[in-house]
Amino acid sequence: MKTDILDRVIEHVEAKRPIVLATDLGSGEQRLLRPGEGADESERATVQTALRLDKAITADTDEEPRTFYQPFNPPLRMVLVGAVHIAQPLSVMATLAGYEVTIIDPRSAFAASERFPGVELSLAWPDEALESLGLDARSAVVTLTHDPKLDDPALQVALRSDAFFIGCLGSAKTHAARLRRLAKEGFSETELQRLHGPVGLPIGSRSPAEIAVSVLAQITETLRRPAS
Amino acid sequence: MPDQSETEVLLAARDWKAAGHRVALATVVKTWGSSPRPAGSHLAVRDDGFFVGSVSGGCVESRVVEEALAVMQTGAPKLLEFGVSNDEAWEVGLACGGRVEIFVEALE
Repeated sequence: MKTDILDRVIEHVEAKRPIVLATDLGSGEQRLLRPGEGADESERATVQTALRLDKAITADTDEEPRTFYQPFNPPLRMVLVGAVHIAQPLSVMATLAGYEVTIIDPRSAFAASERFPGVELSLAWPDEALESLGLDARSAVVTLTHDPKLDDPALQVALRSDAFFIGCLGSAKTHAARLRRLAKEGFSETELQRLHGPVGLPIGSRSPAEIAVSVLAQITETLRRPAS
Repeated sequence: MPDQSETEVLLAARDWKAAGHRVALATVVKTWGSSPRPAGSHLAVRDDGFFVGSVSGGCVESRVVEEALAVMQTGAPKLLEFGVSNDEAWEVGLACGGRVEIFVEALE
């Protein structure tokens, strides 16, 4: 690999711009391809697939030498609405799993940096904060406040975004009420099916840390097995 | 983006090179069966044998480091394949029964 190619890969990763590194496995020659770039139709499709699945691909052809396509996507992001107890273990676990975490809570007693050392905190109103973050297909949003005044505006922004995961903490009963409120705001049944509520896999969690495990597990499943 | 640790491997490779070391990068390019690290996983190797990252669960790293040191000398990239179905299985194979192809290249 040329030092100059490595520098450009790192530059793209740091600027959070998607890029694919194509390596000729015979000569070792390398090219950097942006989304939509490629020598021909089939290569452009391979570049798109590698970025969409976030998966490195060796083109399966009889052609020798083969080419290896490695995607470098922008980082995963997790936005938590509500600086509540569960947000403490969940923000730590999500960081370990490679997410950039932001916690939004306009209530300054909750969103105190002493409670969340090293985590990005926003005291803005949830809908405004989410708008300014610009959710993309690498973003997950989880509402944790149980308070419709805070959760609902956030969900409305999330439902209009490409976020790959939207989850809501709360019982089945409060979730049903939530769905009715959002339907009144004009969201269709299909749109509301994107919401995971009550959020988390059913593993019998009790403590905040155990609930955080179930939430991160469900987000992981949605990310890695998008069909399920 | 690959997970943070993958980026850290690339940063280490760049920093070692900038500090005057010879450096090689090994990348998993293809896997079959239950291999432990997915395609795109990196191992960066420095000319004194020190390495960061992983291309398996620790099963083939020592062989990959050897090959990486050789590639630093010749400058010619190399494609390695590891599996269980060979005589060396007990020594450098993957106990999980998977097969893995690893591309090793010098940083120039």
